Amino acid sequence: MIESRRALRRFRRPAATAAAMFAVLAAGDAAAATPRSVLVMAKSLDDLITLDPAEVFEFSGAEITANLYLRLFRPNPDDPAKPLGEAVSSWRASADSLSFEFEVRDRLPFASGRAMDAHDAVFSLRRAVALNKAPSFILTQFGLSGDNVGERVRALDDRRFTITLDRAYAPSLVLNALSAGIASVVDREAVLANADGDLGEGWLRNHAAGSGAFSLRRWQPGEYLLLDANLSYWQGPPALKRVAIRDIREPSTQRLLLERGDVDMARNLGPDQLAAVDGIDGIRLLVVPRARLFYLALNQKRPPLDRPAVRKALRYLVDYQGIAERLLGPAARVHQAFLPQGFLGALDDRPFDFEPERARGLLSEAGLAGGFEVRLDVRSDPIALRLAQVVQATMAEAGVRIEIVPGSAKQVLTRYRARRHELFMGQWGPDYLDPHTNASTFARNPDNGDGAAERTLAWRNGWEIPELTARADAAVLERDPARRARLYQELQREVQADSPFIVLFQENEVIALSDRVEGFAAGITADQTSYHGLRK
Amino acid sequence: MASASRRARAAAAARLAVGVATTLFGLVLVTFVIGRMMPIDPVLAVVGDRASAATYAAERAEMGLDRPLPVQVWRYLRALAAGDLGTSVVTARPVIEDIGRYFPATIELATVALALGLALGVPAGVIAAAHRGRWPDQVIRITSLLGYSMPAFWLGLILLLVFYAELGWAAGPGRIEVFYEDLVTPVTGLLLIDAPLDGEWVILGNALAHMALPASVLGLFSMAYIARMTRSFMIEQLGQEYILAARAKGLSEARVVWRHALGNALVPLLTVVALAYGSLLEGSVLTETVFAWPGLGSYLTNSLFNADMNAVLGCTIVIGLVFLGLNLLADLIGSLLDPRVE
Repeated sequence: MIESRRALRRFRRPAATAAAMFAVLAAGDAAAATPRSVLVMAKSLDDLITLDPAEVFEFSGAEITANLYLRLFRPNPDDPAKPLGEAVSSWRASADSLSFEFEVRDRLPFASGRAMDAHDAVFSLRRAVALNKAPSFILTQFGLSGDNVGERVRALDDRRFTITLDRAYAPSLVLNALSAGIASVVDREAVLANADGDLGEGWLRNHAAGSGAFSLRRWQPGEYLLLDANLSYWQGPPALKRVAIRDIREPSTQRLLLERGDVDMARNLGPDQLAAVDGIDGIRLLVVPRARLFYLALNQKRPPLDRPAVRKALRYLVDYQGIAERLLGPAARVHQAFLPQGFLGALDDRPFDFEPERARGLLSEAGLAGGFEVRLDVRSDPIALRLAQVVQATMAEAGVRIEIVPGSAKQVLTRYRARRHELFMGQWGPDYLDPHTNASTFARNPDNGDGAAERTLAWRNGWEIPELTARADAAVLERDPARRARLYQELQREVQADSPFIVLFQENEVIALSDRVEGFAAGITADQTSYHGLRK
Repeated sequence: MASASRRARAAAAARLAVGVATTLFGLVLVTFVIGRMMPIDPVLAVVGDRASAATYAAERAEMGLDRPLPVQVWRYLRALAAGDLGTSVVTARPVIEDIGRYFPATIELATVALALGLALGVPAGVIAAAHRGRWPDQVIRITSLLGYSMPAFWLGLILLLVFYAELGWAAGPGRIEVFYEDLVTPVTGLLLIDAPLDGEWVILGNALAHMALPASVLGLFSMAYIARMTRSFMIEQLGQEYILAARAKGLSEARVVWRHALGNALVPLLTVVALAYGSLLEGSVLTETVFAWPGLGSYLTNSLFNADMNAVLGCTIVIGLVFLGLNLLADLIGSLLDPRVE
């Protein structure tokens, strides 16, 4: 027994050492408040693949590049048909509307110190077309291609350049397309100095050569992204020296960091976390209406989803209001048309409510009185899954037995793109602030064959619509904004009444932020988010 | 006689090299095939959801995914032989560079955790064996059982909630505060070394504070494993005749236990420590996720979700090599400590 006490005493030494070590570790800089000149944001950057504006096509990338680069135009939330010049000070269309001439603002400095000229704008557009990355169709839809872009996008002198189109498109469509991220102006000298026969594609993925309010200090994928203030920004330097974005995927972790003051802003809190932080001293919620839509898609290649009565019945089997009020809270509002509020021609009609009796009648008419079984592909994130469960429960009231098939985002998209789904719960955000961006995918399907070149959402759901496609194509040529708006409203009413799409909600982004933070500016599209006015 | 011994050593080295090469080849092949069978389209990670069919096809061809599987495997192996692990589609950087960035964070965490595990686990195991069946043994066994069976992610969340969110005693998720990022010149990639080398003592303090919770979680796990195995090896040694002889000679019990028995238990214990270190290096995926620790586990998880097969294969090879290397190292040290081990 005496020996065992001795043994215990010997144990105490290393145990005490370990305890001391832990104490040193834990007593380090445990409580670090964010500096006043730095805004620390917790945001999931899981969709960030590149920072090259010719390639950026996801939400995070669109937001960040909008702060790194000036685009030719910027969206006008007050009048979506009239985008505002950003790098461009003035423009005019030719009499036949086939050619547009632009003048670049005088002495716009890049972060490198060089002044922007028309050759930079021309280089940026030609580069984007030549690289032919995901968003390139925003430019190539006007007849530009790798073969003709050198001829059709030309500098007239150091200040002026022209773009020649293949048809007389509505000017609002052309200018709105030039307000998309792909129309960002890159510093051609910086890009060419770092190009390796790839037009600087490799370099611009994680570097920046812009003239926006911020310059890129470093992007460490999966960890953080640091933006430094561009002191030569044409509208004056930002109030903050730096914006630091921590790539935090877990909403609960974002909440903890915000509550402890380790971040100033949390961008991806779910309804549960938002409810938990709402009312905490020093934290407030900011609701930003966004243009992203939640929708259900019905694959028309899978019976009985191809029957009109079934498509209609399913529209009456979603408890829109209940979900918005009890599940999504401030994060969404009921919206049932393919153009979100804030767009030219947006439709606020909400003809569908939860009416299981009516749905049962429609299913009986279709010879499906006993209902049917169907699989629903859904992203396995908590909100989408809960939404799917509620839809599963309400649809069951008319005998529609849904089997939920959860998967990672890429997994469910793989099935969706290959038309292997039955029901799909998706989200869709527009590419630029013109109605054609959504009409071209919800109401357009030029070729429903498996080898089609254009694979719109209508194609993914096997929806053959030659007449609607022709009307969507005609709407891009309508030059009168009021008449154009009416054309899109008619298209929406038809898609709303009978199509494979059940549009459910329009998203609101709910941001939880410290009371110290002011000046966060955001619009309905991600690229309208500006860090320039942020201050603490 | 000497040349026979040299020949035997050469043959053993050749067997080892063949074994390592075969293991790695098998590992790469299985991972490659599983990767291609995953129901995720890797092209999506590059072009996004809305790319046109033409852009999609161009990217697919650029990634070599339009070739038959055996051709893809052959091309990968050929590049691998030249030391090229390919480029990650998520980070757009060479995988070898990514691993060079993320692996040090894992090594740092695993090393601190192992140090904690050793500092607590070995003495605990020895004491448990020396007091077999009595209360210290029971306490240590129950603690080890708890440490071994408690899910790391659950414990991590609880520790975060209590020590970070409620009490504010420890730093939160991440390796350091984001506003300290990019201020230390990377030399080894290990912040605990690079920060003092750069004279950044505040950042060192911040890094230590962030290390405390994840290292405690992983340290508890390795402590439990090491303590259980040490106890088992010690019980075996304490039953040997040489222990009886030592006691009969009148040596103190402490000397018998700590010097003689523990000295002989060290050889098998080394293999255990090597295995524990190996599993800390590759098995801390959940802990890294909970603590937003930018290590190899997080990189691997992110790569898997994006079907970034070059990154997944690169990590698999590195982890495989680390396991093989650690086992080899344990064998070598074991043979140094005990000449009877060949």
